[in-house]
Amino acid sequence: MKILVPVKRVIDYNVKVRVKPDGSGVDLSNVKMSMNPFDEIAVEEALRLKEKGAAEEVVVVSVGPQQAQETLRTALAMGADRAILVKVDGVVEPLAVAKILKGVADEEQPGLVIAGKQAIDDDCNQTGQMLAALLGWGQGTFASKVEVGSGTVDVKREVDGGLQTVKLKMPAVVTTDLRLNEPRYASLPNIMKAKKKPLDEKSAGDYGVDVTPRLEVVKTAEPAGRKAGVKVADVAELVSKLKNEAGVL
Amino acid sequence: MASAPNKSHASSDNRFNWEDPFLLEDLLSEEERLIRDTARDYAQDKLLPRVNQAFMDEETDRGIFSEMGSLGLLGVTIPESYGGAEASYVSYGLVAREVERVDSGYRSMMSVQSSLVMFPIHAFGTEAVRKKFLPKLATGEMVGCFGLTEPDAGSDPGSMKTRAEKIDGGYRLSGSKMWISNAPIADVFVVWAKSEAHGGQIRGFVLEKGMKGLSAPKIGGKLSLRASITGEVVMDGVEVPEENLFPEVSGLRGPFECLNRARYGISWGVMGAAEDCLRRARSYALDRKQFNKPLAQTQLVQKKLADMETEITLGLHGSLRVGRLLDEGRMAPEMISLVKRNNCGKALDIARAARDIHGGNGIQIEYHVMRHAMNLETVNTYEGTHDVHALILGRAITGLQAFM
Repeated sequence: MKILVPVKRVIDYNVKVRVKPDGSGVDLSNVKMSMNPFDEIAVEEALRLKEKGAAEEVVVVSVGPQQAQETLRTALAMGADRAILVKVDGVVEPLAVAKILKGVADEEQPGLVIAGKQAIDDDCNQTGQMLAALLGWGQGTFASKVEVGSGTVDVKREVDGGLQTVKLKMPAVVTTDLRLNEPRYASLPNIMKAKKKPLDEKSAGDYGVDVTPRLEVVKTAEPAGRKAGVKVADVAELVSKLKNEAGVL
Repeated sequence: MASAPNKSHASSDNRFNWEDPFLLEDLLSEEERLIRDTARDYAQDKLLPRVNQAFMDEETDRGIFSEMGSLGLLGVTIPESYGGAEASYVSYGLVAREVERVDSGYRSMMSVQSSLVMFPIHAFGTEAVRKKFLPKLATGEMVGCFGLTEPDAGSDPGSMKTRAEKIDGGYRLSGSKMWISNAPIADVFVVWAKSEAHGGQIRGFVLEKGMKGLSAPKIGGKLSLRASITGEVVMDGVEVPEENLFPEVSGLRGPFECLNRARYGISWGVMGAAEDCLRRARSYALDRKQFNKPLAQTQLVQKKLADMETEITLGLHGSLRVGRLLDEGRMAPEMISLVKRNNCGKALDIARAARDIHGGNGIQIEYHVMRHAMNLETVNTYEGTHDVHALILGRAITGLQAFM
C-alpha cells in the first residue's frame, strides 16, 4: 500500500504573527516558515505504518510556492520516500488544494491519504473533508489512533465529549489530531540522504485545476489585547465576582 | 518568500528583524537550515527542561550522548562511512549555536566528542583505530575526551610533562592531564605526550577505559559548566598498542588542528548563548515596570540591548564567513583565533549585561542569564584564553611573537 501525505508550509508556530499595516493579511517577509504541525503528525503516522509493514511507500505532496520544497525536504528527511511539489504562487484555497490532491491521488492510487486536520495559518479544517468528497472515499477526521486492518482502517476520532471509532473501507482519507503521535526529529544523516530522494515538480495546470480564489479577504486584524486582571481581597469577593461579573458560577 | 523580490515593498518599507538583523537565514542552504532546525528542536524540547537541575546538582547526564548520537549531532563533519553525517562546517557551527543557546556545558560535551576526539581519530588515526572507535563515538555508545592541558602546562602546552616510552609492541604513558571535559565518563581518551622514541616530539595516542594504570577522577567544585563533567586523566604507566599511536602527525600541529575546529564551533556556540541572553533580557525589560514604565523604555537599557544586538550580529556573520572558508579549504588558524576571541569575550559581556538588566531576579537560576554568564567565564578561558588569542593575532599582524 502507498500512503499519500499532503504537507503545507506555514508560518512557524513559535513566530509572533504580525498583521500587515493595510489589513490585507499577515506579514510573511523574513518570517520563519515550517511544516504545519498537524502535517508533521501525518508524516509521522505514515512512517510508523510503513515501519510496521502496513505500507510500502510514503509519498508527500505540497501545494505552494517554490520554497515549499524545503517543507517537502523536511518530510523526506523524516523518512518519506519521495515528494511532489505542485507549484502555485499566492493564496490557494482549500477547495483548489483538494482538487489538486484529487488529481495527485488519481495518479498515485494510494490506499490512504493522511492529512493534518487543519493548517495553523488559516485554520480552515476543510481540505481533508473536501478531498474525501471529491474522491468519493470514506473519511476519518481528528484521528487520535489509526489501525490498518485488511482492506479497512479503524480511526479513533476525538469528538466533543469523548472518542468515537469508525471503520473505513480503504482507500480512505484520515486527518490527524494533536494526540495521534509525537513526530520524530529528522536526523542529520537522514537530512543528508533526503537530498538524493526524488522530488517532482508539477503545476496546478497539470491537474486541470483553476486555483483562482473564490473568497475575498475583507479584513485581517490582530486579536484584541487582554485586559489587566484585578486582585481580590478574599474568597468571598472572588466567588461574588465569578457569580456576578464572570457569570461562570 | 524571504528572497522573492516584491515591487510593492520599496526598500524603506523593509522591516528590521531584531532576531536576524542582516538576514543570516538567507545565507544558509536548505540542508543547513534543516540541520539547524533539528538541533534547535532537540535542544529546546529535550535539553532546556533539564539544564537548571543538572547545573544546580553538578550532574552530567550520560544519556545526552546517546540522544545526540541518534540524531547525528556527534561528528557532524565526519564521513558517512564512519558513522558521521558528512555535513559542512557551517552546519556544525549551527548545531553548536543551538546547543549552546541552552547551555555551554552541553555544547562542550558535544564539541569535545566531535572536534577533539572524532576529528583527530579520523584525520590522524590508523584505519584500525578509525573503524574501532568512530562509529560508536558517532552514535554516542562511546564517550570520548581529549587530554592536552596539564597542571603545569595550560597556555604553554609545549611544556607538557606526560611521557611516552617505547616498549615492545607499543608505548608506555606516564603523566597527568588536567581540566579534561568528559574524562570521568569517557571510554576513549585522545592523549598527547612527548615520545622519547620520536626525539621527544609531541605525539597523539588513543587510550581506552580499563587500560591498566589509567584513571580519570572527577574535578568537583566548579562554578561554571556544571552540567558538563570535568576530570583529570592520570596515567600511571599505561601500556598502549602501536596501532593506537597517530602515525603521521607530530608536534603541536596535531592538537592545534583539533583545537582549531573546536574553537571555530565555540565561536558559533557562544553567540547562541548570547542570543538567549539578549532574548531573555529584552523580554524581561519589556515586562518589568519601574517608575511607571517598562525598563525597556529607558535609555540605559536600550543602549545595553543595542550593544548586544550589534555584537551578536557581527559575531555570527564573522563565524559564518570563517565557516564558509573552512568548508572551501581556505581557513587560516588566525581567522579562528579572531572569531573565538571576539565572540567569547563579547558573549561574556552580553551575559553579564543581561544579568544586570534582570536586577535582583537575575541571580536566580530560573532566569538563566547568570548560568550563561558563569559558563562563559570558562568558554572565554578554555581552548586558548582571550589573551592568548590576542598574541596569536598580534604575531600574525606584526610578524613578532610575544609569547615569551
